[in-house]
Amino acid sequence: MAALEGKVLTAHTGHDDQRDIEAAMKRGVWSRLPKALAMSPEALIDEVKKSGLRGRGGAGFPTGVKWSFMPKEPVKPSYLVVNADESEPGTFKDRLLMERDPHLCLEGFLISAWAIRASIVFIYIRGEFVAGYRTLGRAIEAARAKGFIGRNVLGSGWDIDVILHRGAGAYICGEETALMESLEGKRGYPRLKPPFPAQHGVYGSPTTVNNVETLACLPSIVDRGAAWFAGIGREKNTGPKLYCLSGHVLRPGVYEAELGVPFETLYREYGGGLLDPKRTLKAVIPGGSSAAVLTPEECAGLTMDFDSLAAKGTLLGSAGMMFMDDSICMVRALERVLKFYAHESCGQCTPCRIGSDWIYRIVKRVEAGGGTPEDTATLVSVCDGMVGKTICVFADAAAIPARSFVDKFRHEFDDHIRRKGCSMKSAPAGAPA
Amino acid sequence: MSAVSGPLKVGIRFAESSRPLSEEALRKIDEAIARYPQKGSALLPALWIAQQEQGYCGTAAQEAIAERLGVSPAFVASVVSFYTMYHTQPVGRHVIDVCTTVSCWLRGSDALVDHLERKLGIRVGETTPDGRFTMRTVECLGSCGTAPMCQIGDDFHEDLTHEKIDAVLEGLK
Repeated sequence: MAALEGKVLTAHTGHDDQRDIEAAMKRGVWSRLPKALAMSPEALIDEVKKSGLRGRGGAGFPTGVKWSFMPKEPVKPSYLVVNADESEPGTFKDRLLMERDPHLCLEGFLISAWAIRASIVFIYIRGEFVAGYRTLGRAIEAARAKGFIGRNVLGSGWDIDVILHRGAGAYICGEETALMESLEGKRGYPRLKPPFPAQHGVYGSPTTVNNVETLACLPSIVDRGAAWFAGIGREKNTGPKLYCLSGHVLRPGVYEAELGVPFETLYREYGGGLLDPKRTLKAVIPGGSSAAVLTPEECAGLTMDFDSLAAKGTLLGSAGMMFMDDSICMVRALERVLKFYAHESCGQCTPCRIGSDWIYRIVKRVEAGGGTPEDTATLVSVCDGMVGKTICVFADAAAIPARSFVDKFRHEFDDHIRRKGCSMKSAPAGAPA
Repeated sequence: MSAVSGPLKVGIRFAESSRPLSEEALRKIDEAIARYPQKGSALLPALWIAQQEQGYCGTAAQEAIAERLGVSPAFVASVVSFYTMYHTQPVGRHVIDVCTTVSCWLRGSDALVDHLERKLGIRVGETTPDGRFTMRTVECLGSCGTAPMCQIGDDFHEDLTHEKIDAVLEGLK
């Protein structure tokens, strides 16, 4: 198991001409699709299984295994849906890939489409990403003109179309079944599973939904082999990964490293430590706001991969790491986190519709000084009434972080209730002048 | 328990009426329908086309789209109201969407919102009397590494200071 040498996903994102297909091709993009097409879909799925690639959207499910759920002899057309609805707070990696290296993304999309014998690739991009939408749109037309998209791709006999679809502002549409509903022109209400998308997806057809970063790994797997990919990172946590650093770090941004890179490397070496060096680190949300918060003690010695973070009771998720220094009131921070979930609940299931709003209001009241001694117990009880009781995991994504804030910073909640308000009146550090 | 019940959002904003869609917009909607295996998928694209032409998705536009797609106007309204980016009423020439989610909040989005409210003389959700700006606060725009930030129309404005946003607004007539 080894560290990542050089960059794979962001090797060319620094080149301003990388969006141009000729420049991208000179750097090797689109040279891996012919290699993939020379393999049978079964061999390609095997290769990706051997690479150990796990989904980068948040769940970390093995990509090759997901593909193998697609029916072998489908009676309906099969579809690939690219989840480009990047909306998890603290996450901005797919946006970088789409805006800076759209042809790498498209090449990965087509390799996946070939593996599952899809006839259409739907790219569902969040409505706010107008730059990414336009960049991908131009890249699709350029790739079509080169014969990478369309009928009989590169003489393989395979026909594939790519449809770029723009969302319109709804976090829940990043949930794969809500995304499919939205793609069909409906409200983004998650569907009950089973049936899973591989059996009953878009228009009731077999569908695989993959994240942009996941698919951007494929060209390198085809090019350099599963063994190379599996040799990067840690056991069962392989390959390159994009980490998004934000909040109170000196150098926020997207950094590429191996899965399982030490927390300290990301925080100190890449992030440059705290924005205000006189402060101390108070908390880190490691995988987007749906992940349980960690204390600095829990971060010591931590490696940033799916299994290490699960062992700490949290998630790698989308690797959206948010750093908070000791100027931050954790009750206020939780209020800010929960406002998001109260706003974004789709409203379909009662425990989530009522619960996400309810816990937000409790925390808001405690922060404002109106909390009562029963409030923390009520908060915990409402959270417990949300987890595992809804169609999708949105309710869990609100309740689990909420519980983690209360469990790990309980004294701040108690202090607010006792003092009838916040004893830290300072504004967040880094406020613009 | 009464203090914690009740709806979060302030009422339902009913759509205002709008002009009928132009022939050009209807033609674009038909092109969108033709792109998809099933025409229902053209609903979000059709609403984008309407909003691009009229600045918002009013009732006349919604009804025209409903007819084109073979669904009820109520269904179209239910979809329009689900997504934050569709406006159901006229808005300012420039809509300023300030991200206020965690990473932006940690980097000073509260102060940015205060600054904009003072500068524009409006509160969040309002439009300046001259119709130039509408300001809203929104949830995470996926630009957390360059916080605080806002989206105005199609463009992201990142790493904002108060001076920087002042200069941006200056350039928008």
